[in-house]
Amino acid sequence: MDLRFSAEELAFRDELRAFYRENLPDDLREQMRLGHGSEKEDTIRWQRILNKKGWAAYSWPKAWGGPGWTPIQRMMFLEENQLAPAPDMQVFNITMIGPVLIQFGTEEQKKRFLPRAANVDDWWCQGFSEPGAGSDLASLKTSAKLDGDHYVVNGQKIWTSTAHMADWCFLLVRTNPNAAKRQEGISFLLVDMKTPGITVRPIISIDGTHHLNEVFFDDVRVPVSMRVYEENKGWDVAKYLLGNERTGIARLGRSKERLSFAKEAARDMRSGGGALIDDFAFRQRVAQMEVDITALELTQLRVVSAHDKARDGKPDPLSSVLKVKGTELLQAASEMVMDVGGPLSMPDWALELEALSNEPEIGPSWATDATRSYLMLRAASIYGGTNEIMKNIVSKAVLGL
Amino acid sequence: MDFELSEEQRLLKDSVDRMLADTYPFDKRKGYMAEPDGFSQALWAQYAELGLLGLPFAEEHGGFGGGPVETMLVMEGIGRVLALEPYLATVILCGAALRHAGSDAQNSALLPRIAEGKLRMAFAHGERQARYDLSDVLTTAKKSGSGWRLDGGKSVVVHGDTAQKLVVSARTAGDRDDTDGISLFLVDTGAGGVARRAYKMRDGTGAAELSLSGVDAELLGEAGEGFAVVERVVEAGIAASAADAVGGMETMLAMTVEYLKTRQQFGKPIGANQALQHRASEMMMALEQGRSLEFLAAVRLDEEDAAARAHAFSTVKVGIGQAAKFVSQNAVQLHGGIGMTDEYAVGHYFRRAMVIEHTFGDITHHLSRLAAAIA
Repeated sequence: MDLRFSAEELAFRDELRAFYRENLPDDLREQMRLGHGSEKEDTIRWQRILNKKGWAAYSWPKAWGGPGWTPIQRMMFLEENQLAPAPDMQVFNITMIGPVLIQFGTEEQKKRFLPRAANVDDWWCQGFSEPGAGSDLASLKTSAKLDGDHYVVNGQKIWTSTAHMADWCFLLVRTNPNAAKRQEGISFLLVDMKTPGITVRPIISIDGTHHLNEVFFDDVRVPVSMRVYEENKGWDVAKYLLGNERTGIARLGRSKERLSFAKEAARDMRSGGGALIDDFAFRQRVAQMEVDITALELTQLRVVSAHDKARDGKPDPLSSVLKVKGTELLQAASEMVMDVGGPLSMPDWALELEALSNEPEIGPSWATDATRSYLMLRAASIYGGTNEIMKNIVSKAVLGL
Repeated sequence: MDFELSEEQRLLKDSVDRMLADTYPFDKRKGYMAEPDGFSQALWAQYAELGLLGLPFAEEHGGFGGGPVETMLVMEGIGRVLALEPYLATVILCGAALRHAGSDAQNSALLPRIAEGKLRMAFAHGERQARYDLSDVLTTAKKSGSGWRLDGGKSVVVHGDTAQKLVVSARTAGDRDDTDGISLFLVDTGAGGVARRAYKMRDGTGAAELSLSGVDAELLGEAGEGFAVVERVVEAGIAASAADAVGGMETMLAMTVEYLKTRQQFGKPIGANQALQHRASEMMMALEQGRSLEFLAAVRLDEEDAAARAHAFSTVKVGIGQAAKFVSQNAVQLHGGIGMTDEYAVGHYFRRAMVIEHTFGDITHHLSRLAAAIA
């Protein structure tokens, strides 16, 4: 057992850090540091800077424009990206559809879509969940019927993040309603969002912003050439997609970065006549979070290095631990930043009445955005398999209960 | 010891709950929020008709001489439906300031108008730099003829956007953080030198940032002795918010249980999963523990010993904050995606619980006070 990184790994991390120092634009870094998040154009801008360097598709093999990194290198890269802090990868492009096409796509699909996905020339979204199919994804009903060389798609998707700004959607549809097992009648399609018959309706989230959508499909014609892998084998593709990226699940770098911001901000906030950072109850919370981060960091390394050695393709049971503990930490870190702001975190400045454009900002903008982020991150323990489903996986598949 | 409501209290509770149940279905609430004041003026008049606006005031001031249990019942009802009207700001906070510090003349002039629904007030104490420190007051008051002049600013004044009159704290002596030298004043929001920036809180409640420059003000209570009153007002606020939170938790638990029974996944209601049954049971336990502290707050409001009161109210604030956080976080979690939407009610209850936690000091703040008080 050796818990130290090798000299090569450390040199790699230095290379990453040097790159981030020189290439992450100051305005993006500051915007991320203040918790303002990234708009579509920020994500695209940063992905293209990375793509010039050959790092945008950080988890892809060299043959398809990725850097061909090991899992440890990928983990280090994500962590540096989060610590910088830089905008997150366009997750649908980079960690979902890219690897799926590399594994299952036709040569034509790969050539057409992969370079554009890496450069975010196409913005992808994910059409999986339906009103009646959340945790129970295999109960999805959106149908696709073959008509010549097209599928005709009818149905409804929900919680489709960024569908309103997307060029393409990867979609799970039911092609055989009579299959013996529900999972065996599902196919995986690529749909141009400009196709007639697609209606996108906004869902305003608990944080008052528009990320999510309902997407309605009304006789939408999708060429058969846009099916990925075999007909009725879409569940295999979906499983691969959902289990594919283990190193990214915990988003540990983001939790670390938020905690470090909270500590910095707590120097300027008051408590008991002094600085909040000197309040013992606050310090104890920080210490507890640092303990949790340290443990999860080592757990993550165990997952990643086991993956490096075994490569048998089976999901590591510890990846459910990463998802549950990682999202809990991320939620706790965002809550801490909000708490540091105190009363100034509670106004919704976006709803300022009679706002005057030349008035200075009232509270620190990081405080109001911390609350937005705290609210939005309630979804982190819901999407991608709720934390309750993750615990079911542990109890059934791992513990045999 | 008796936890039962009296006959009169039960009647009060019934009439409050009935009025709010009739007037506050969730879709109507959106309409009230869109009204010019961000709440329903028509409902405010109904509160007055029911006698709720004068509830805690003495009969000679147009009130009903109700105590902490009576206002608790009203606040619970408000919390159950997320009512938007400025009851906390006007009746609870400014009512407490007047009762503890007002002269007979001031109380006779103001309390009956509050009771009739003709005067809405807000408590303007917090300042931008202060976070939760109650004695961190930089706004100053200087003598000017027979009155006073205020200069400074007040932050996150809940319902300060629509209040007609304010109770404002200002320093007449001493330095930042001194408890001595803080005084309270009555200020008309229309007075020269008052500038308001209005906005909504995360729970949809109206609020304002105030800047005060050379504002004419009338002293409320003894000069320099206002801090003890501020503490009483904040304690009344904590007790009322605890009831508000308990009402909200009741609704969140009921909504969640209903959802667990109806939402089907894997061919059965999700509530068939024992893990989720246990989570709902834990939510119920948190609610009941919270309710116990809600009662403690009501009973301790009249405690004479300031240190004992401070200890009790920090206990309440920590326990209620933790209970409401557990219930609200799990209410959203168990609703899944639908719980994350602005359209569905549970997220609004979540945000109300969040705002309550960050008003009058959060969990960490009060734990810190309790830790410091350990003998």
